[in-house]
Amino acid sequence: MTQLVTETVNKTPPAGSEPLLEVRDLEVGFRTQRGIVPAVRGVSLTLYPGQTLAIVGESGSGKTTTAQAIIKLLAGTGQVTGGQILFEGRDLTILNATDMQAVRGREIGYVPQDPMSNLNPVWNIGFQVSEAIKANSGLRGKPVRARTIEVLQEAGLADAADRLKQYPHQFSGGMRQRVLIGIGLSARPKLLIADEPTSALDVTVQRQILDHLATLTRDYGTSVLFITHDLGLAAERAEQLVVMYKGKIVESGPSQEILANPQHPYTQRLVAAAPSLASRRIQAKKNEDGPATEIFSAGGTDTALIQRATDRELAASGKDLISVEGITKMYRIRKSGLRFDELLAVNDVSFGVKKGTTTAIVGESGSGKSTVAKLILQLEGLTSGRIEFEGRDVAGLKGRELLNFRRRVQPVFQDPYGSLDPQYNVGNTIAEPLLAHKVGTKRERQKRVLQLLDQVSLPASTQFRYPSELSGGQRQRIAIARALALKPDVLVLDEAVSALDVLVQGQILNLLTELQTDLGLTYLFITHDLAVVRLVADNVCVMQKGRIVEASSTDDVFDNPREVYTQELLAAIPGANFEFGR
Amino acid sequence: MPSKNQGAQPHFVAALEDTPLVAIDHLDETAKARSTWADAWDAMRRRPAFWISSGLILLIVAVALIPGWFSSVSPTQCQLSDSNGVPQSGHPLGFTFQGCDVYARIIFGTSASVTVGMLAASIVTLFGLIVGALAGYYGGFLDAVVSRIGDIFFAVPTVLGAIVLLSVLPDRTPVVIALVISIFAWPQVARIMRGAVLTARNSDYVVASVALGVSKFKILVRHVVPNAIAPVIVIATVSLGTFIVAEATLSFLGIGLGPGTMSWGRDIGEAQTSIRTSPQVLLYPSIALSLTVLAFLMLGDVLRDALDPQARARR
Repeated sequence: MTQLVTETVNKTPPAGSEPLLEVRDLEVGFRTQRGIVPAVRGVSLTLYPGQTLAIVGESGSGKTTTAQAIIKLLAGTGQVTGGQILFEGRDLTILNATDMQAVRGREIGYVPQDPMSNLNPVWNIGFQVSEAIKANSGLRGKPVRARTIEVLQEAGLADAADRLKQYPHQFSGGMRQRVLIGIGLSARPKLLIADEPTSALDVTVQRQILDHLATLTRDYGTSVLFITHDLGLAAERAEQLVVMYKGKIVESGPSQEILANPQHPYTQRLVAAAPSLASRRIQAKKNEDGPATEIFSAGGTDTALIQRATDRELAASGKDLISVEGITKMYRIRKSGLRFDELLAVNDVSFGVKKGTTTAIVGESGSGKSTVAKLILQLEGLTSGRIEFEGRDVAGLKGRELLNFRRRVQPVFQDPYGSLDPQYNVGNTIAEPLLAHKVGTKRERQKRVLQLLDQVSLPASTQFRYPSELSGGQRQRIAIARALALKPDVLVLDEAVSALDVLVQGQILNLLTELQTDLGLTYLFITHDLAVVRLVADNVCVMQKGRIVEASSTDDVFDNPREVYTQELLAAIPGANFEFGR
Repeated sequence: MPSKNQGAQPHFVAALEDTPLVAIDHLDETAKARSTWADAWDAMRRRPAFWISSGLILLIVAVALIPGWFSSVSPTQCQLSDSNGVPQSGHPLGFTFQGCDVYARIIFGTSASVTVGMLAASIVTLFGLIVGALAGYYGGFLDAVVSRIGDIFFAVPTVLGAIVLLSVLPDRTPVVIALVISIFAWPQVARIMRGAVLTARNSDYVVASVALGVSKFKILVRHVVPNAIAPVIVIATVSLGTFIVAEATLSFLGIGLGPGTMSWGRDIGEAQTSIRTSPQVLLYPSIALSLTVLAFLMLGDVLRDALDPQARARR
């Protein structure tokens, strides 16, 4: 991987060549009832032939809007309100719809963000690819089919000829993304815009696709404009970097230089929060003079810090709080008629979680990690095996006992937009578990809500808000506050930070660490993101296809992974070995 | 900023003053809290169609409740000498074939039409909502039974079913008519509610509540129904209009409200006899009917726009 990095970096365009794309002082706004709201404010960037440029920023920073403005595919009421977009010297902003059609696809290819929704489910793959080919080349008849197969094979689908008649639902996410990349590159465009092309994919698939994209662009000299939130990916795959914040460029230039030595305070923030394999576990280190916690301190010499680590180790030597023995979960999937297919989602999984520690379960999609969480939470029944909480079997708990178990083991879910009832204000949401378990009087519950809001660092006035008014990170804080309402011993965090921007993610991870120290919580942390695991976990179980393939302490797994699968996972993290300037 | 003649671009750093940093995940504490219902109300308030339709509906309800305020002429004191008479002072819309005042009959006929419409809509909504919610939420055998029964009634056109049923019922008061219409109309609401409940039931906040230890029935009442009710409110408003039409149709066919009750449908039916000589007798009750139905359809439209979260997101 290091090799690849140096390779891309040294690739500079031939001297004296003209820029392929030059964006000058671009302004984009969205028309609303209250006038035009600016989304992109004076963005300028230059891309030379054969170069790869990445735009990074958090959601709402205007990075996708910039890309959409370049190919004139602005969503809804968006419009370019100023500036120029020069593509080979031609200003795209003043092009009419017909001329723009000729540019799209043929000159500028586009790979959209979500592979799940960007292929039409009622047409087969062959049709959708050949449609793009017909639109952008003069080809008709037999040669179209040949070219379709060629395009898909180039995108990495070896058995393309047999798959032309298949429909999108028969393809996995990674395969769909390959189809989209194939379509984007089908007309050999000079520029490819890829909007978060791999963020919905597993790391190993992501790596394959990015490698493939790199080969294609190298072979055909295509310039690539990446839109990404992943600094590691930018460091590894792009030689130029543009950092956007609130619709403006705050820093731009050679990507490795910026990431190794960020100058703008915002870039510094981003880089500091980017989890990488070089990070160490976050330790809650409270300063004497305030509640401020140092972010991601890289394993310091502070005595208090060492004391905390020792405490945790001491706790770790005790008995398991949760012990899972040989659990199996089989789903019966209905096929045509009365036939059923059996799917072994979790296959003979055993592990233990000690009090006050964090155990992470990592795996790619379909590995069964979320099912394990559901089994432990008693949201699904076991097929076989045994789950013990404080030495007692929890399977088949009913009524009062189940209620007591629920009180002590609380979940926090992935989707901060779905896990809060939109009709409930924050105060009622947090008070709900108290009400369900008939804890305290109305006044006491009210007091507890305020206390919980304070614990998750939200102002008291938040209690009157509705979820739709809050950001993803704030909602996740509410979800954590709700989970903490009953003073549980265990939090099961199912991809709890995966949907968040990196800065917000960092904040939530800090919050979780602080809460763990203050309240002696035990975490079961389900995630696909190994870099995050490194930041929060004491122990790791790596899952693959329903089985645990490797289980050990975090340092062990990261420093000398024994299983090939774990090694692959670690190697696939983009920019894993890049030294960010912190 | 970027030099044009060279590929390697310089490291550019914007001045901090251009984009001052805001605290991460900043919460604007000055903003007012907004529930989805408050949002919907805000959206409706800005629509002229909302004010026009609700104004019209209020007027119609007022006429239905106290018709005496709107007409001093008795609709039942008719003189055959006035048969199909042209408008004159005190009788702005002329006279029917029987010599009754058209305006007075429209005013006094409102009550029956509106009663049937509102009653039928309430019954259908309440029953359909409960049945649909239970079927969608608990699923399984209950769902299968309820859905099949619903399908049976759904397959019979409301008016056709009502004709058959009413032909054997002796007493055809507005309440009876409303009940008969409801029998054939509830499956539509039940289906919509069931679908909405199915969506809400699978949401993460329901799973979260289960894990918090909230009981299954409480989750239905507290989380699932409030999140599924919006489309039912819309359909209830729209169907109110169609139920008024159904009553008019039945009365027009002579099988609706009994002879003692005044209604627009009956008047339209009776006006048939004189449609060639004096079409205005047919026209005025028809206009009253159309306006009422239009008002409810319009309100339904506004409600749909305001309550549909996707429509809200587009704004």
